[in-house]
Amino acid sequence: MAKNKHRWKIQLGATIATNPFFLHFFQGKISRGGLKGVCVPGLNCYSCPAAAASCPIGAVQAVIGSSKFHFAYYVVGILILVGVLLGRVVCGFLCPFGWFQELLHKIPTKKFSTKRFHILTYLKYVILVLFVVVLPMTVVNEVGMGDPFFCKYICPAGILEGGIPLSMVDGSIRASLGGLFTWKSCILLGVVVLAVFFYRPFCKWLCPLEAFYGLFNKVSVYRLQVNGDKCTACGACSRVCKMDVEVFRTPNHAECIRCGDCIATCPHQAITKVFSLKNTIGKKESVS
Amino acid sequence: MRKIRICLLAVALLMIGFGLWRGEAEVVLSKGINLCLECVGIG
Repeated sequence: MAKNKHRWKIQLGATIATNPFFLHFFQGKISRGGLKGVCVPGLNCYSCPAAAASCPIGAVQAVIGSSKFHFAYYVVGILILVGVLLGRVVCGFLCPFGWFQELLHKIPTKKFSTKRFHILTYLKYVILVLFVVVLPMTVVNEVGMGDPFFCKYICPAGILEGGIPLSMVDGSIRASLGGLFTWKSCILLGVVVLAVFFYRPFCKWLCPLEAFYGLFNKVSVYRLQVNGDKCTACGACSRVCKMDVEVFRTPNHAECIRCGDCIATCPHQAITKVFSLKNTIGKKESVS
Repeated sequence: MRKIRICLLAVALLMIGFGLWRGEAEVVLSKGINLCLECVGIG
């Protein structure tokens, strides 16, 4: 089974680039630099001691839930910009939490297909609309501020990257932990266990960021292309795809994370990646 | 499709500019430099 053997190097580089302050893990503090005013493309909690910039999903909720604003033009603009340029390349190459799940999936056990749970892939769109936008916008306190519902009740990255490391070195944080920490730890534990047996369960079923970027996969500047003259519809690309995409039919499906395994696997070199504003002439983008 | 891509990129840049002009980046910065109690599970 051919694979994109160099992807992990980019994932490692992206994780280090977005989390350069390793010493903060031992000091129990978070970065207070000006870069926290911008967002990284992937899911990376801004309360991670090593984080240099902000999480886009957290930032959307922070702005929408603030008393001053009702919509986050700045952060959503950044997300659209990244989405149109890269689509879900972010998920496959730049997201630390996605890479964390991939590493867990390398633990040698029996692996299971997620195809039968396809219906669950729509859950992340519900979470995006409900927990990231609607609830922070509408459930507000007396001064008009809403909670970041996704960060508070669902996101396991905050516990993994912030809650656990900070509580290990800071007694006051440790003393403040209660039912919410337990609840989110259970979610994290569930994701960890599932990720060992299923490929990227959080990304497929729960991540609102992946839902958002997936909307742009069909129009993104970086995309996949299937050459209809070379493709024999043998299905090798679909069999290797861990995101359950029928690549030769829908190369730019919303679930594709652009990992490139299909490109490396295709026996006819029919799949190529394109980075262009223009439509490519003379080549089909799918084979019917 | 090319026009859609260009339009979306233009919309994104306009939204970023409008959001910066409104001062949204300060809210993001303020949230980011302080410990997010909800994120780490304190509430």
